[in-house]
Formats: sequence, structure tokens, C-alpha cells
Amino acid sequence: MAQLTAEPSVRAPAPAVSLREQSSPRLVRSNGSSDRLLYAIAVPVVLLGLIPIGFIVHESLILGWAGIEPILFRQRVADLLSNTVSLAVVCMLGCVVLGVAAAWLIERTDLPGRRVFGALLVAPLAVPAFVNSYAWASLVPRFEGLAAASLVTVLSYFPFVYLPVAAALRGLDTSLEENAQALDRGRIAVFMGVVLPQLRVATLGGALLVGLHILAEFGALQMIGYETFTTVILVQYQSTFNGPAATMLAGLLVLCCLFFLCAELAARGRARYARVGSGVARTPRLAQLGVGRWPALLALSTLLVFALGVPAFAITRWWLHGADLGSDLMIALLSTLRLGALGALATTAAALPIAWLAVRRRGRFSTLLERSAHLTSSLPGVVVALALVTVAIRWAHPVYQTTTLVVVSYLMLFLPRALVNLRAGIAQTAPELDDAARALGASEMRRVIQVTLPLIAPGLASAAAFVFLAISTELTATLLLAPNGTETLATQFWKYSDSLDYAAAAPFAATMIALAAPLTYVLLQQSRKVRHQ
Amino acid sequence: LQRIRLLAVAGSVLTLMIVTACGGGGGNAPAADDPNALVVYNAQHEAVTKTWADMFAKQTGINVVIRNGKDFELANQIKQEGDKSPAEVFLTENSPAMAVVEDAGMFADVDPATLDQVPRDYSTSSGKWVGIAARATVFVYNTSKVSEADLPKSLLDLADPEWHGRWGAAPGGADFQAIVSALLQLEGEQVTGEWLEDMKAGYKNYSGNNTVLQGVNAGEVDGGIIYHYYWYRDQANTKENSANTKLHYFRGEDPGAFISVSGGGVLRTAKHHDQAQEFLKFITSKAGQESLADSTDLEYPVGSGVAAAPALEPLKDLDAPSVNPSELNGPQVVELMTQAGLI
Repeated sequence: MAQLTAEPSVRAPAPAVSLREQSSPRLVRSNGSSDRLLYAIAVPVVLLGLIPIGFIVHESLILGWAGIEPILFRQRVADLLSNTVSLAVVCMLGCVVLGVAAAWLIERTDLPGRRVFGALLVAPLAVPAFVNSYAWASLVPRFEGLAAASLVTVLSYFPFVYLPVAAALRGLDTSLEENAQALDRGRIAVFMGVVLPQLRVATLGGALLVGLHILAEFGALQMIGYETFTTVILVQYQSTFNGPAATMLAGLLVLCCLFFLCAELAARGRARYARVGSGVARTPRLAQLGVGRWPALLALSTLLVFALGVPAFAITRWWLHGADLGSDLMIALLSTLRLGALGALATTAAALPIAWLAVRRRGRFSTLLERSAHLTSSLPGVVVALALVTVAIRWAHPVYQTTTLVVVSYLMLFLPRALVNLRAGIAQTAPELDDAARALGASEMRRVIQVTLPLIAPGLASAAAFVFLAISTELTATLLLAPNGTETLATQFWKYSDSLDYAAAAPFAATMIALAAPLTYVLLQQSRKVRHQ
Repeated sequence: LQRIRLLAVAGSVLTLMIVTACGGGGGNAPAADDPNALVVYNAQHEAVTKTWADMFAKQTGINVVIRNGKDFELANQIKQEGDKSPAEVFLTENSPAMAVVEDAGMFADVDPATLDQVPRDYSTSSGKWVGIAARATVFVYNTSKVSEADLPKSLLDLADPEWHGRWGAAPGGADFQAIVSALLQLEGEQVTGEWLEDMKAGYKNYSGNNTVLQGVNAGEVDGGIIYHYYWYRDQANTKENSANTKLHYFRGEDPGAFISVSGGGVLRTAKHHDQAQEFLKFITSKAGQESLADSTDLEYPVGSGVAAAPALEPLKDLDAPSVNPSELNGPQVVELMTQAGLI
């Protein structure tokens, strides 16, 4: 499902942050007792995140090679692998082409209405992928296969590439391009040879995120009958609960995720494209599109009609088709708000020590803690849920089918969203203020409450907001782990659209979008701030 | 100034969250917070069970909390939960999942009075669970693509080259898996395994019976295997997914004429044993079965002599094969279907 993420937008300002860290020599000084407390929270949180991988390894050892071989080495698995990989590749390519092209049009050309288009291009993030799929499948007959799956996922995920690339374009120093032009290179040659390489990090980061979302996507693909590892794991779950076939497919899925993570690391390389030195980067000269503006406008408009217009039309049409609302919507909304709030609070609280240590006590260990958290969250929700449900049944029965367990799964899945926001928030506060308070004799407690927390409050708020948003459209983990009798907007929407009751599903889709819309706006504001830092 | 604004925003976001987190306890259905509520694991249609639960609560004052899932998911979940299972009553769409829990020895005996409400044809000889509804296997076909003369005579005919690439099904669902379990009981492992292999080569995969019906109606495939009520439900409604289709009943005791019995049972470990028995008794009573017959879900009632909706083909005219629902082997079906690459 489309999960809003703060990562693309916040990745861009990182260089500014790290400059500051490097300039402050006193960062690594620690004060014993409070650090021990921070580690005492951070380490268990990170260890918790290792449960899913530990579970799969444990199950594999029990099954043994003789048990694993017949499950994994057969035509069916090869078909699924090919389905999953081809969709991931097509979707990533599609998102990169659309994202980079759109970002260039918005940031570097004289396209009319650029600012409005720029805002609208972020808006698809408010439409969960399974809602998009529902819209298309309910309006277009025979909407199926790789083409349909690619269309829906590209429309849902291209902002993951657009956002960071647009931010990177704004941050680029244009003098390199001007030098190239002065050397008589054509405009296209300059773009390919000079600009594109500088966008590599942003593009790869966005593409990786798209890839991971494809691996985890369930609702959008199941709705149009496109089988991937994730959809088949869910079908196996429905046929066997946590049978060996489901677990082993989950293991393969984890390997795919790891492959993506490593590929991105390797492809990113060590090259550095940041400007060094003082002075102001020159405002880029905008390319004159001339008559080219018409096809460009047409392309962008089509993209937006497909990504926003179609879902809006479908939801409106089905809603008018006469759904009688009943109390279901209100009940689902309240449990979504409740789970979202609990999850956001828990995740932000758990992320705070990790982010603090990563920024203020930079060292190998704190970096390792932070990275491990990213690893867990790259796992699909279905893998995390499958592990938690089994572990809870066998070894942690008191939390089985409780709100606590769902919240733990959210924490594992969405910790990085909180980390990224908190990290930026903490890095922007001067450690000197803390020191000043200490020098003035404030007690530790007082320092935390009166100085530190107010300073990082904006970071805390945006961290909580982004986690909340991700939870409000989460489907698979909620389906598997929710306490008896609990239904959320996402699970109710799924239930109705799964039984083709499009009319009954529409209000739930609309409510999810309404919840997400304000946060998408915040995301847009955040990304616009990244201008010549 | 900006800092103050940010602080205000942060403060209000956090307050809002704390308020919803603490005060939202009543956000679920009220029954979820009642420690004395009866816990029902439900794989039967949600609307049907919800109606039963509401009627039962009104009549007895006993609240019912429902966990929804699929047949085998919930059956295997109950098995894994073992003695600690919170489930007290288990309701399914098909018999094989009931057999899984019965084989694990986890059902208590159903009250004799409840068993007496349901004829033996739609119940078990073991008395460990009772039929609560029934559904008939049908072949739905697109009338512009298949003439009546060319209809398959048996479910097994769909494996023939003649039908290659022309039919659809939803093998990931418990409904189709139940039909295969009947095939397995009637024709044995060899025939079933081969039929599934042929199916894999020549069928079109759909995510559910609804989408099979939609696909047949749109002419994506000529026909498909589903249960009767998907078609009747759409006919009673807008007909947008069934206007171009008709139903074909295999009859003649063919595996394809299988009538699947939905089951209900009380868990041995139920904390509220008497209330659980009472709920099952209510479901199979005249009032419970009438609510099923009157519902828009159009399943067949099986208990207390309640007649099915008049639109439906009478159950006794369907000439169904005789199967023992307690011995339908779901796990073996799932294994055979996994082997054939269908799920």
C-alpha cells in the first residue's frame, strides 16, 4: 500500500546536517548515567526488530534442507519470482522516468503553472495504492496482468522519486552546467552528462523505496489478481495459517529486500556532489520550452488525471451509487485513530533514544543501531506480522491478539519514519544550549524538560505525524494481528472491495485520503524548504 | 515567532494523540470491551454472523465478539493456539476446516437439542459440530459463448483439452478448496492430483468467486466454478456481473454437484461453555435459520425446517453426491494444490 514516507524529502538536506556535526568537536563527550538509560531503551528496540529474521531462520532450521527444497525449488516459485521481479523492474523504471522528467519540468523549465503542478505531483502520496487499484479495477474491464499492475503502482509510487529528485535539482550548483555549456555542449548533452549523474543518489534512493514498496504490496496487486510473493504468502496464510510454504516464501522475500538494499548501496558509490565553500549557489537559468510546452503540459495533466482524477472519480461514483453508511465507518475511523495514535506515540518514543545517540554520540555502535532499524522496516508487513503472530502464540501468549502486539508491529515497520524526522530535528538544535543549562546548574531532569524537549518538539511532532499516517493505511499487519473485533479503515475497505462491493468500500477510501491529505501538504512544505541550503 | 508556532503545532498534535489514545478505548464495537463477551471465530459471511450475533445479544443479553478470517486460517490458528485459544465458537463456510479442528480433538460435543434441529444429511455423525448453512457448487457460463448442449457433463470434464483455457476458478479460496476435498473423497488422490495438474495448465486464476463471476460475465472466460449464491446475489441486485450468464448444475451425484455444509462448533476450552452452546442452538433454531434464509447472502438454511429463499433451486433437487463432511481432508487438499502450483 502506498505508505507516505518522510525519507525522500528529508534525505536531501542531509549534507547540511552532517557539516554541522563535523564542525562540533565536543559531540562525542558523553555523560554516563543518562547515556546508559538511552542505550537501555535503544538496544532492546533494535533487538525487537530482529525477531522476523530470527523467526525465519529458526523455521528454516527446523524444516531442514529436505523440507525447504520441495517448497522452494519448483516452477511455481520461479513464476512468482519472475512476476515479482518484472513488476519491480518495470515499476522502478517507470517511476524513475516519470519522476526525473517531472522534476526537471517543474524545477528547470518555464512551464506555465509550475508551482501548482509541483504541489499536485506530491498529492498521489495521499492515495493509498490499493485505493488506486480499486478505482482502476472498478472502472476498467479486464484490468489485469503486468501492464495493469505496473500502471497502478507507478501512479502510486512515482512521487517517491519525484520528491527527492526535485529537491536535489533545487540544491544543485548550476555553475557546473554553465561550464559545460561554455564548452559548447548541447543542452541535452549537458543534461545527460552533467545533471543526471548529480541526481544519481536521489534517484537511486527513490527507486529503492519504490522497489521495497513493490515487494511489500498486497492489496493493490491482489485486487487485480497479479500474483507476487507477498500476495501468495497471504493466500497461503489463509489456507494454512502459518504453514511452512508461507514462511519459506517470506524468507525468499526477505532475501529480495536485502538484495535491493545492497544493490542501492553498491550503485550509490562514494562519489560526492555537494558544493563546498561559501557563497550562494546561482539560481538556475530556466530552459525555454517554446512549443514544447504543450506536449509537456499534456503529459503532466494526463499523469495527474490518472493518479488523482481516476480515484476521485471512482470513489465519488461508487459513493453516489448508494452506500448506506451505518456505524461501521465511525467505528473503523475511531479504531484507526486509536491505533494510529498509540503506534505514533510508541514509535516516536522508541525512536528518540536511537536518534539522539546517532546524532549526539556518533560512533560505530550508535550508527549500527540506527542502520538495523532501517533493515527491519524494509521487510514487508506480512513477514513481520507472520513472525509476530507465531512468536506470540508460542512464547508470548499474554500479548497475543492484544493492541500491544499490533503496536509493536507498527513500531518495527515504521521506526525509520520517526528516526529520519527526529534526526533532522535533533541535528538542528545546538548542543551548546544543553551545555549552558548544565553550566547554570540545572538538574538533569529539568534540563530535559525545559531545554531539550522544547527544542526538539517540532521534530517529535513530525515524526509522530508520519508514523500515524503510515499506520492509517496499513493493511497486512493489521489484518493478521488486530485484536478480536477490531476493524480499521484499511481492513474494512479491503473487505468490501475484495467482495466487489465497490459502493460500500468508497466511504472508507475517501476517509483514508482525507486523513492523509494534510500530511501530504506538510511533506510538500518540507521539501520546498530545501532550496539552496 | 516561528518557534512558537511550531511549538503550538507540536503541542496540539501530541495532545490530540494522547487524548485519542486514552479516550479511544470505546472506539471498537462495544462488545469488544466486555470481558464476558462470547468470542466467535468466524469464517462464515460477516453480515450473516453479525446479524446472528445482534439478534442473540438482544435475546439473551450476551455480547458476541467476532474475529473474522478464512476457513483454514482460523482452523489452523485455533489448532496452534491450543488450550489457550480464545475462540469459544467456530463458524465456517465449508466443512473441511471443521474437520481440521475436530481431528485435533478440540471440539466439545454439541448439545443434543441443537443436533436435533439439523437433519443428518447436513450435519455430522460424530456430533462434534453441526451444519449451519449450505451452498451448492455450480458452473456459471456465458450464454453467448457456450450453448446448453456444449456444457460439461461433469466437473472432471473441465480437465479435457476441449475446456483448456476456457474456464476460471479461485483456487486460493476455501470454497474451491472444499470442492476439491469432495473430489478427493469421491475419486481418490490419483484422480484428484491429475485433475489439479490439468487444471493448472488450462484454467484462469481469479482472486475470488466474485471475480470469477465478473470474468465470465465479461467474456474473459466461457465458464467458471463457483457457489450458487454469488450468482443469485448479483441477480437480485444490479445484475451488472451476471446479466450475460446462466447457472449449470451438474447433478447426477457428480463431484461437481457437491453441496458444501457450513459448520458450527463449540470449543472444548470455551470459557463460556453454556453461552456458546446456546449461541449454536440459536443459529440452528427457526429464528436463526430464517434470518439466514431472508438475508441477501442467499445461502441455503439447513435447520429447523426453514425453507430456502424461493428464487433458489431446492437443495433436494440437486442430486448431490454423498460425502462425509467430517472426513473431508482439507490439509491434504491444500498440499495437493500447493504441489500442483495452484496456490
